[in-house]
Amino acid sequence: MSNKILEIKNLSVQYTTDKIVSHAVNNIDLSIEKGEVLGLVGETGAGKTTTALAIMGLLPRYISTVTGEINFKGENLIGLNEKKYRSIRGSQISMIFQDPMTSLNPVFKVGEQIGDVIKFHNRKLHSHEIADKVDEILNLVGIPPDRKNEYPHQFSGGMKQRVMIAIAIACNPDLLIADEPTTALDVTIQAQVIKMMRALQKDLGSSVLLITHDLGIVANFCDKVAIMYAGEIVEAGTLEDIFDKSRDHHPYTVGLFGSLPNILERTDRLEPIKGLTPHPSELPEGCKFHPRCPHCMPICQAGDNPAKATSGTHVIQCHLFNKEKSL
Amino acid sequence: MSERELLRCVNLKKYFETPGGMLHAVDDVSFVINEGKTLGVVGESGCGKSTLGRAILRLLQPTDGQVIFEGVDITHIPMKEMLKLRREMQIIFQDPFSSLDPKMTVYKIIEEPLRIHRVFNNKKERAERVAELMDIVGLDRRYVDTYPHELDGGRRQRIGVARALALNPKFIICDEPVSALDVSIQAQILNLMMDLKDQYGLTYIFITHDLSVVKHISDDILVLYLGKMVEMADSDRIFENPLHPYTKALLSAIPVPDISYKGKEAEVMRGEVTSPIEPPPGCRFAARCDLATERCLTETPEFIEVEAGHHVACHLFQKS
Repeated sequence: MSNKILEIKNLSVQYTTDKIVSHAVNNIDLSIEKGEVLGLVGETGAGKTTTALAIMGLLPRYISTVTGEINFKGENLIGLNEKKYRSIRGSQISMIFQDPMTSLNPVFKVGEQIGDVIKFHNRKLHSHEIADKVDEILNLVGIPPDRKNEYPHQFSGGMKQRVMIAIAIACNPDLLIADEPTTALDVTIQAQVIKMMRALQKDLGSSVLLITHDLGIVANFCDKVAIMYAGEIVEAGTLEDIFDKSRDHHPYTVGLFGSLPNILERTDRLEPIKGLTPHPSELPEGCKFHPRCPHCMPICQAGDNPAKATSGTHVIQCHLFNKEKSL
Repeated sequence: MSERELLRCVNLKKYFETPGGMLHAVDDVSFVINEGKTLGVVGESGCGKSTLGRAILRLLQPTDGQVIFEGVDITHIPMKEMLKLRREMQIIFQDPFSSLDPKMTVYKIIEEPLRIHRVFNNKKERAERVAELMDIVGLDRRYVDTYPHELDGGRRQRIGVARALALNPKFIICDEPVSALDVSIQAQILNLMMDLKDQYGLTYIFITHDLSVVKHISDDILVLYLGKMVEMADSDRIFENPLHPYTKALLSAIPVPDISYKGKEAEVMRGEVTSPIEPPPGCRFAARCDLATERCLTETPEFIEVEAGHHVACHLFQKS
């Protein structure tokens, strides 16, 4: 048996509304091994959150079509019935949502909200056992346990995000999905939260799927990286594969790095990617990135997606690196 | 470029009355900006950076202190004259989703300042100016009759920039103009703003929480903490030789997109920003500072020049 906690094969998600079909996620492959942290990077509308919700089985049922495989510990989650899913969700796979200000229930005490998860997945526990467990978890995330009787509005943004993390890790999940966990926070608070998450991840040995647009956080926290653009993974590999500038990269990855103002050196101009991300209902033919690509060739503009060029752990989906050019 | 002084703030204060007492949003802020320069104002949420921007434009009336624009004290001039001055002083807001009227077309939004200030006598000239502005900010003319909700964040922020430029101002306050945008779009807008500055000799106050953005665009940087000035110096010096413990912590908190930094445990600042309501005497950063002494808790450090052009408010650098 392999060590893979999560293996996604050929996953596609489409949203169908009245008139349009949006191709939010298109044929992606991903895998996360035990204890590994995978960073899923991309801009707004790239399909990162859709991927996460697909794994959680939380996509709106009547408008979304999911195809492919999501194998969690060897079991395909797609098409799993809701009862079974509920037993996995929150205990074996759990998620930290982006916005701690709106993700907590304002009318319940934070201790109750953490206790609920534990109670749901451990029906036989006594209430005092649950209370002990809540205290223990609050300690883990750096909140004094005597604050458990307070309501979310009494917490600051960083503290609320700690509560969200407490809820997510309450049942020792095998896989933790963190969807932009620090985007809503100030840098100094972000640094605190990232440090805590890294320590927790080491202690608990959970695998983490970290969704972010911040390459700085990825460099700090992740073992592997997948770069997503227009619902596809255009480049994936280990941290070294992606961040080593001397290696080959997808033009989109190069553009992302060029767009970042670097605090280490002073440059006069940034090198942004021209144009805009296409809407998922109007994806271009051929390579999805070709209208914005500085290296666009005739072959990129039509037909299917470029084949994936692989070298060891590093995968790039781009015509530039196919066939004659070996990585 | 001449080193002519354009804007000077002297002991500017803005307090708000709250049920819990006086909220010191901006407390004793003084600085000078020369023509054609960019001052980056940096700090975390609640440090008073947006309030500072608004107080300078008198969108909020300062509680105390002076704002001097081109040698004239504008702190108490009548609103009618202030409105005239807004031809010279403009602002670009943070959120391109809520700062544009959803019921106005792109044309109407960009035309509005021209109409209010009666810059042109007829519609045709105004229309030409709007088209020209759209070209300047790189907004395709075919969007002229669309509504903001039809456009993405980057294009919307270009409308905000065009609106601010409409009256040929000398001075623009940019209040987190790129923080709501994706990185690739953010880079486009930053480049645009730098080009405009060079082209039209604009002077900016660039308010942001993102130090890497501010380094890129500013000549001088002012760091605020809970309404107080913490450190001010030219951009290179702030990054190469930060003095104040808060500036140091802020710099080390930025995640660097470079793997040679992985595992190198950054110094993480403890605690959170304390309340700006009726702040106790002493240094406002003392509660989070590892180097705080007895003196920091009782005596407010003065903002002094420790070396030429480098100001800091910290007892560590003050002779007792």
